Order: sequence, then C-alpha cells, then structure tokens
Amino acid sequence: MSVDLAIQATDLTRSFGTFTAVDRITFDVRIGEVFGFLGANGAGKTTAIRMLTGLLAPTGGVATVAGHDISTGAEAIKKNIGYMSQRFSLYEDLTVAENIRLYGGIYDLSPLEIRDRAEAMLARLGLAHAATTQVRSIPLGWRQKLAFSVALLHAPRIVFLDEPTSGVDPVTRRQFWELIYETAAAGTTVLVTTHYMDEAEYCGRVSIMVDGRIGAMGTPAELKERFGVHSIDELFVQLARPGGYAQAPKPGAQG
Amino acid sequence: MTSEHPVVVVDRLGKRFGATPALVDVSFSVQPREIFGLIGPDGAGKTTLFRILATLLVPDAGGATVLGRDVVKELWALRARIGYMPGRFSLYPDLSVEENLRFFASVFGTTIAREHDRIAPIYHQLEPFRTRRASALSGGMKQKLALCCALVHRPEILLLDEPTTGVDAVSRRELWDLLHRLKASGLTIVVSTPYMDEADRCDRVGLIQRGRLLAIDTPWGIIQGFGRALFGVHAADRYRALLALREYPHARTVYPFGATLHYTDSRAADPGLIEREVHDFLASRGLAGVSVAGTSPTVEDSFMELMGTP
Repeated sequence: MSVDLAIQATDLTRSFGTFTAVDRITFDVRIGEVFGFLGANGAGKTTAIRMLTGLLAPTGGVATVAGHDISTGAEAIKKNIGYMSQRFSLYEDLTVAENIRLYGGIYDLSPLEIRDRAEAMLARLGLAHAATTQVRSIPLGWRQKLAFSVALLHAPRIVFLDEPTSGVDPVTRRQFWELIYETAAAGTTVLVTTHYMDEAEYCGRVSIMVDGRIGAMGTPAELKERFGVHSIDELFVQLARPGGYAQAPKPGAQG
Repeated sequence: MTSEHPVVVVDRLGKRFGATPALVDVSFSVQPREIFGLIGPDGAGKTTLFRILATLLVPDAGGATVLGRDVVKELWALRARIGYMPGRFSLYPDLSVEENLRFFASVFGTTIAREHDRIAPIYHQLEPFRTRRASALSGGMKQKLALCCALVHRPEILLLDEPTTGVDAVSRRELWDLLHRLKASGLTIVVSTPYMDEADRCDRVGLIQRGRLLAIDTPWGIIQGFGRALFGVHAADRYRALLALREYPHARTVYPFGATLHYTDSRAADPGLIEREVHDFLASRGLAGVSVAGTSPTVEDSFMELMGTP
C-alpha cells in the first residue's frame, strides 16, 4: 500500500447469508484527512466500520488500516485506532480520572504515560478541576470532548467517530469540529459519521453509501458540482431515493 | 373548545430534579393546527416539558393547560385526547408492527379498522412490514410505527418528543412530510428536535437551552432577530484561517460553518470596509484563496447568539 494512505479498501464485501450488507466498496483515506462516512440507516456504514476496526471479518475483498491487513492484522489494527461513539464511550459511574486510567490500561500504556497524558489532556480541555467527578455529572458537551480525547489517549493513527455530535448544542458542536481539525492537522486521520448533513461540508472528502455500495465520493464542493445540487443534504436525498423521496409513501415502498 | 383559544398554554412553568433546574419560567402558547417546534440540545428540558404536557409529570411551579384542561387537575379528561410519542423508542420490541398497533388501539377502546382513515397515510408505509417484529425495523420505520401508535385513538393534539433523532436525512424528510399532512387534517402538533435545520418545517419555534426559552418566533423571525452583520469567510486552509481570525483584534465571534467560517465583527462599521479589512488581515497572515462576503444567518447562528457566547 501507498505510504500516505491511512485506509485502503478494495472490493471490500460482507454478506450475512443471502444479504450483502457491504458490496465491493473501494476507497482510500489519506493520512491526516477528515473523511465523512455517510449513508442512510441500513446502507452498510456500521458493517463497513466494524470491518475496518477489526471487529468483523470481510467475506470478500481486502483492506488495510494503518498499514495492517484487516483479515490477518486485526489485533495490530486495534492498537493503532481510536473509536468513539455517541451511544457509548465512557463509563458514567466512573470518575473522569478513572475512565482515563481504565482506557490507558486497555491500551497498554504504562502508569507513568497514563499520568502524564491524563494531566496534559485535562489541562488542555480545562477539566483539571473535574478529575474526580463522575462522568454522568459532567455536561454532555464536555463529556463528548472528553470521550474524543480518551479515544486519542494512546496516540492512534486513525480515529473513528460514530455520530460524535448527536444532540449537543451548536456551540459545542463547533468546538468539537475544531478538535477534529486540530487532530487532523497533527497527522491523525479522522473517519466520521453523522446524521447532520451540514456537517458533511466540514469534511475534506465524503463518501455516501447506498444499499451497500459507495454511491458518491469526493470533496463536498466536487460532489455538489458533479451532481448539480446546492447541498450535500440534497445529494443524499437524491442518492437514497432515486425515484424521488416524495413518491416513497406508497404501499409496498421500502423504508 | 373553540378554535379561537390556544390548544396549549404554558404559564411560567418550572421543574427541578434535586438541585438541577430542568425548566425555569417557561411560557408559550400553541394555536390550533399549528406545528410548534421546541428546538434545543440534549438536556435542554424538552423531554421534561413534554412529560408535563402529557400529564405524566407534575410541575413544581406555574401551570399548563392542553385543550383547555389543566394538565395536573384534569389529567383523566386529557389522556385520551392527547397523542404522545416519547423520545425513547417505547413500543414492544417483541410484538409485530400490527400487534403493537392493535395493542395501542385496544388500550383506547378502538380498533385498527375503525381508525383506518386517520392512520392510512402512515399505515400504508408500514403495511409491507406488518408481521415484522418492531425490534427488527429500521430507525425511520420504528419512528413511523410510534407515530402511528400515537395517532390510533384519534387525538386532537400530538406531542412528539424528538421523532427525527438518530434517523437519517431522508427518513427525517418523510416524517416531516407526514406531520404536514396531519396538520392539514386538523391536528395541532408540538414537536421537539435537536436539528436546527428542521426549524424551517415548523410554523413557530421555541429555542430552548438549559431549561429556559431563549426565543419564541417564526423561523423567519428567529433569523431576523440575529440583528447584526454576518460574514462568510473562505480560505484554502480553513483551520488555519479559523485560528488566525480568532487573533484578529476586531473579531467578535468566529465559528466553523461547513466549508465556511461565520464571522461577526465587534465594530459597527460599513460591511464593505469590514470585508476588505478581514480579507487583508488573512492575506497578511499568508492564507491563500481568501474571500469574505456578507451572508444570511441561519437559525443556528441565532441560537448561538442567544446562548450569549461572545
């Protein structure tokens, strides 16, 4: 694989019985890129991410993540990636410091490394005063920023963010995107999913999955020009409902 | 009740959970056949407000009436007239689509067949999955089933707590189209969402943050209320441009906004002058491909302004 690629997938496929959730997708993500991984519910995003994070074996095709083959190097991949999900990432009944220690331990950091990185992280986030506070009593916005920083604790080469900004206020959402930019500028590759279509425009490039395949891929500006649309939202609707979404509410229409 | 009266009246409502204020002095009213949107992030108090309106929670201060009835004293007169869809998926996962619907109909002493005309627009979309268990539906379909169950007893008002959260952009549009059809059939709808761009689908919205209403107006009124010049700034390297602009002495707010940066200036100067000066400042910092131009605020810009960030 090329040295400046963080992710390289070729004809990556995953079937469950007769159902093909991910159908021969081919794409690259460059090191330090912010890549938006979009698609409707059920389009195959989650299955693709589970393969790229070494949690699910493909049934066809190949992919390398951080230089390791996903079929043979799943353990090496797990050490080189970070993951944060909106639904779950921190233990709410542990304190901030306990969460950091727990994840540091999981990622094989030494106690000294954990201490140094925790201090630096909390200082940077302005959360030093909250080290002994239970995560559940921290405002959601701070929790999301903390979860992101914890996902970066072991200095991964790629971080996967699954709907990281769901439900946060618009100011926090923007602070979160600034953290993403800062991370990418420091050389960590970011792959992010979101249901906020305006957030697609924050990404360097995006792909839009439709029924297990990549329906479109490029920079937001390129895509808008190529498909003659004003926004990624418009393109998303066009791709996900080729017949026009207004006609969808018919008997027999798929949801 | 007659159509001149508001369907919902919320008057200085307050609610605390322990030391945490969930709602503080919230007042608004909703007119018949209006789609009223409560827009705000998680933890803003939206769900607490819905639970009070749905007669499931008693407020600590103030009061509320729905369809002219007090939500605390007259709850039994209200329950059957309200269609409430909670934020968390609340159907029986092990029951099929049809079984869930039949159950909710029977609770209110009716049947699917009798209510068919009211639920038809949504039920048509669910019919192909009639025998599928609710847990096996896609996110969008789950929400449509929940909406159908909230409608099956012919309520006069719908209280929908975040029906579009976590649902993809296409299913969200379909749900909003359904809400507009329901409004056209005479229903009043109070709906909450964390997606600011959905304000446009409401007749009026209340912006809510930390238990307080920041503003109540039409979406257009909210945007008009922004009240100062907003500039869109482009540069080849937007992150470096963002950091540079933060150091500009006259910068008031600088936020990333998709491919653009949204900028407000602390001076009340001529917009043309500000455009030129901001452009020259960024160029002097070595940024390439810089453009600065006045732009229209969105509901999100107004929300951030009302949060009082500068």
